[in-house]
Amino acid sequence: MIDKQHIGKIFPPHTVEVEKGRLRFFARTIGETDPVYVDEAAAQAAGYASLPVPPTFLFSLEMEKPAPFSWFSEIGLNLSRILHGSQSFSYHAPVCAGDVLTFSSHISDIFDKKNGALEFVVKDTMVTNQHGVHVADLSSVIVQRNG
Amino acid sequence: MSLQFEQLEVGHALPALTLPAINRTTLALFAGASGDHNPIHIDSDFAKAAGMPDVFAHGMLSMAYLGRLITQWVPQAQLRQFNARFVDISHLGDIPSCTGHVVEKLTEGSQQLLRIEIQCANQQGQSKIVGDALIAC
Repeated sequence: MIDKQHIGKIFPPHTVEVEKGRLRFFARTIGETDPVYVDEAAAQAAGYASLPVPPTFLFSLEMEKPAPFSWFSEIGLNLSRILHGSQSFSYHAPVCAGDVLTFSSHISDIFDKKNGALEFVVKDTMVTNQHGVHVADLSSVIVQRNG
Repeated sequence: MSLQFEQLEVGHALPALTLPAINRTTLALFAGASGDHNPIHIDSDFAKAAGMPDVFAHGMLSMAYLGRLITQWVPQAQLRQFNARFVDISHLGDIPSCTGHVVEKLTEGSQQLLRIEIQCANQQGQSKIVGDALIAC
């Protein structure tokens, strides 16, 4: 069982710059056809400072650090037995290429269902930009299948 | 496009988005592009050792497709909240089909909002992701 003492555990924050090349690679991979996501002039014409970070890409930027999966083993999750249960994003301000984002995460809940056959870990992340503006919040639920 | 809050009714359907079938190339590229290098999505040997029949899609791939469903309908700047539950695994060969509709019109202070329910299903109609989003108008 995952130790519920990990509830409240705070991870070291990390900071990442949003790069246009990463955004274009992501857009191409998901088949994006809207020029706003690849053409900076189109993005600016649409009112963005630069290429906007698409709705789910904050999840990728959160992983943009050395050993992004190390927190799994730190709290007793096994990479080969976990699934992504759910994911939420709240958006408070635009995020674009060139922004420098800081991700601050903590474990907000740990619980189990079916007599421990399924364990759930909830990780919440606050995202702020280079101006100290709170731009977004993420919440991830990871499910571990036991037995 | 700017949505006309008054003209949109509960039940209004978003233009659907159907994607190409998921194959190993999709997953390899998405691993690189998304930064999620979990081998269970790209290494068949690892997936089988973990008890899965083969590699399977990242949940976040289908959620990215749902993001496209939303932003082809409204400018992303209007998106306030985006939630997804990964209810089933997307397998190789699945053809993701994203749909959504307006379920609620609400006002918070002076802000008019639409709540939409969204879904990603495969070609057999099996739900893979169900979710919802809040759109500011």
